[in-house]
Amino acid sequence: MAQLTHRSANLLKPISAAVFATRGLTTASTTPITVETSLPFTGHKIDPPSRSVETTPQELLSFYRDMALMRRMEIAADSLYKAKLIRGFCHLYDGQEAVAVGMEAAITKKDCIITAYRDHCIYLGRGGTLLETFSELMGRKDGCSKGKGGSMHFYKKDSGFYGGHGIVGAQIPLGCGLAFAQKYNKEEHVTFAMYGDGAANQGQLFEALNMAALWDLPAILVCENNHYGMGTAEWRAAKSPAYYKRGDYVPGLKVDGMDAFAVKQACKFAKEHALKNGPIILEMDTYRYHGHSMSDPGSTYRTRDEITGVRQERDPIERIRKLILAHDLATEKELKDTEKEVRKEVDEAIAKAKESPLADPSELFTNVYVKGFGVESFGADRKEVRAVLP
Amino acid sequence: MASSLRRIARLSLISRYTSTDGRWNTLRGLSTATDDLNSPNQCWTSNKPVNLFSAINQALHIALETDPRAYVFGEDVGFGGVFRCTTGLADRFGKRRVFNTPLCEQGIVGFAIGLAAMGNRAIAEIQFADYIFPAFDQIVNEAAKFRYRSGNQFNCGGLTIRAPYGAVGHGGHYHSQSPEAFFCHVPGIKVVIPRSPQQAKGLLLSCIRDPNPVVFFEPKWLYRLAVEEVPEQDFMLPLSEAEVIREGSDITLVGWGAQLSIMEQACVEAEKDGISCELIDLKTLIPWDKETVEASVNKTGRLLVSHEAPITGGFGAEISASIVERCFLRLEAPVARVCGLDTPFPLVFEPFYLPTKNKMLDAIKSTVNY
Repeated sequence: MAQLTHRSANLLKPISAAVFATRGLTTASTTPITVETSLPFTGHKIDPPSRSVETTPQELLSFYRDMALMRRMEIAADSLYKAKLIRGFCHLYDGQEAVAVGMEAAITKKDCIITAYRDHCIYLGRGGTLLETFSELMGRKDGCSKGKGGSMHFYKKDSGFYGGHGIVGAQIPLGCGLAFAQKYNKEEHVTFAMYGDGAANQGQLFEALNMAALWDLPAILVCENNHYGMGTAEWRAAKSPAYYKRGDYVPGLKVDGMDAFAVKQACKFAKEHALKNGPIILEMDTYRYHGHSMSDPGSTYRTRDEITGVRQERDPIERIRKLILAHDLATEKELKDTEKEVRKEVDEAIAKAKESPLADPSELFTNVYVKGFGVESFGADRKEVRAVLP
Repeated sequence: MASSLRRIARLSLISRYTSTDGRWNTLRGLSTATDDLNSPNQCWTSNKPVNLFSAINQALHIALETDPRAYVFGEDVGFGGVFRCTTGLADRFGKRRVFNTPLCEQGIVGFAIGLAAMGNRAIAEIQFADYIFPAFDQIVNEAAKFRYRSGNQFNCGGLTIRAPYGAVGHGGHYHSQSPEAFFCHVPGIKVVIPRSPQQAKGLLLSCIRDPNPVVFFEPKWLYRLAVEEVPEQDFMLPLSEAEVIREGSDITLVGWGAQLSIMEQACVEAEKDGISCELIDLKTLIPWDKETVEASVNKTGRLLVSHEAPITGGFGAEISASIVERCFLRLEAPVARVCGLDTPFPLVFEPFYLPTKNKMLDAIKSTVNY
């Protein structure tokens, strides 16, 4: 299992396939370890699961690597945006990585995920590659949506990732539709419909909750509570910021979203529950380090001390790092090496993505309907390449 | 009065508007000289050059100051809004009159209708016009028909919904759309779009004080880019009155909002080829000033309409049909429409999608040489 994989080959592989090369893992990598979640779960109309989570050295190390990769990717996206290589609106996930990684560890690719616009890391977790990510961000042909979607519109059909939606809260009822189809087809799979604390105040959530509960759909509504809906603190926008209770008749669970193992435990629990009993809300208590989007410095409505405090005390990567060191699964140096590898992987993917050509102008007219439908067009300058109906 | 100023606003953290494609090469001539304003007050105390978001901000200050029953609310407006249009309002007028709402557009507009029905001026902000659709039902079925279906017992005339619309160069699918045509299909509401800071201030104050519900779309590309002298005091510009902002004899061009700047550039270019264009700012889309457009087309014999929204079912189609009805025998060429394409608003293909100066120039020439 443990072998040094050639790094450039990693570029095209999903993150979970990247192999962690450390000592002694060949034999011990699957030996179970039990870890305790940071906090107990709080249940609403349901008995919460145990705090003890079973894991393996391999999983711990992959959590570390995957989250480090996600963080590095988001930081790189920030730079690319500032260099104007990424246009459009761009929402970064750094700080919230434990949700993406923990959720993915508890489910299979046959389970569906649908989310809003903060979607880069969910996509990566679903098996997307760095090259596809950066290409999409920069509007290149190799992007996961052929460069036509951009930051907010990542999709991966082969692993049940339904995207990537721009309007706050609009994806939640879609998630119920996915769950209904799964139930109708008697698949033993579930849908994770993700939304933020801002979207929790949208009427669509309550319409979706009612339908999901009425028809016992295997839908798990995941509220990623990063405590700020754009620039508004949760308590300024919600009478009750206890989002796990907001489903009233739908059971809920409050989870430390900065602890990948708590997320994993909760998602496993929720999946079992949803298949048997119908919908459940998971409120992930998490935090975004960046502002809401690239135009938000993220420091006007919260203090720098608050951000620093979360980084120091609750950082999801740091938590895993400590666990790895406590169980003596890798040395500080090996973890540093991992970070270097990750950085290099990201840099290589960016270089490769920059080589990918911009989407062909004829793509402007494709995918509007089943067949292309349009007319000849040209850009701001008539000397530029023209786009013609394909 | 020298009011035709142009400044590239410094890049800001809030909205990064760039003019890399030369789309905003000039706003010269777009601004109305203050002498021409249809305002009762011709003696301005002072005119300072301000950008469009500051002009909106001034209008909101005046609206709240002059009417104690006026309220401003929406997502993030309490701390100034994402485009800084509501900066300072909460400090000045208090959090009971200027406040943040949750992220719930349908709720915001429904709430605003109720507030207005009690005789208040409800000034609601939808953060982007692209987000207005959850509130579409409230606007179409509640706001627009309240007066009619209650036999004039109730109305929400004090309602004004502000929303930034249109392209910004890199906004992508959900931050660039121009949904004005949807609302122009709804009798009972007014739709108003300003082209410049001065226009924005005067028209917004008119909308707020108009006894009908109004949807006011603000050209977000111009928030920082368009700078001109704006009278500091309270003034209003009439609704449903179009304005000829450039006189000409060969062809009439009709547009609104940010698109007028592009049209102006096309007029200047066409003039070099000896084509004299008359440019009209419609300002109010419904109910619109057919007479001004009709008079102009009767003079020039040709019409071109331009908007960023997709061509099919756009408001340009309505203008075209109405003018054909009124000026059929005078028209010397088919009415030309230079509009957005019938595709979703694209991300990387924005320059292809937009009705650019060159597209317009081609259409002007082929119409004149028809």
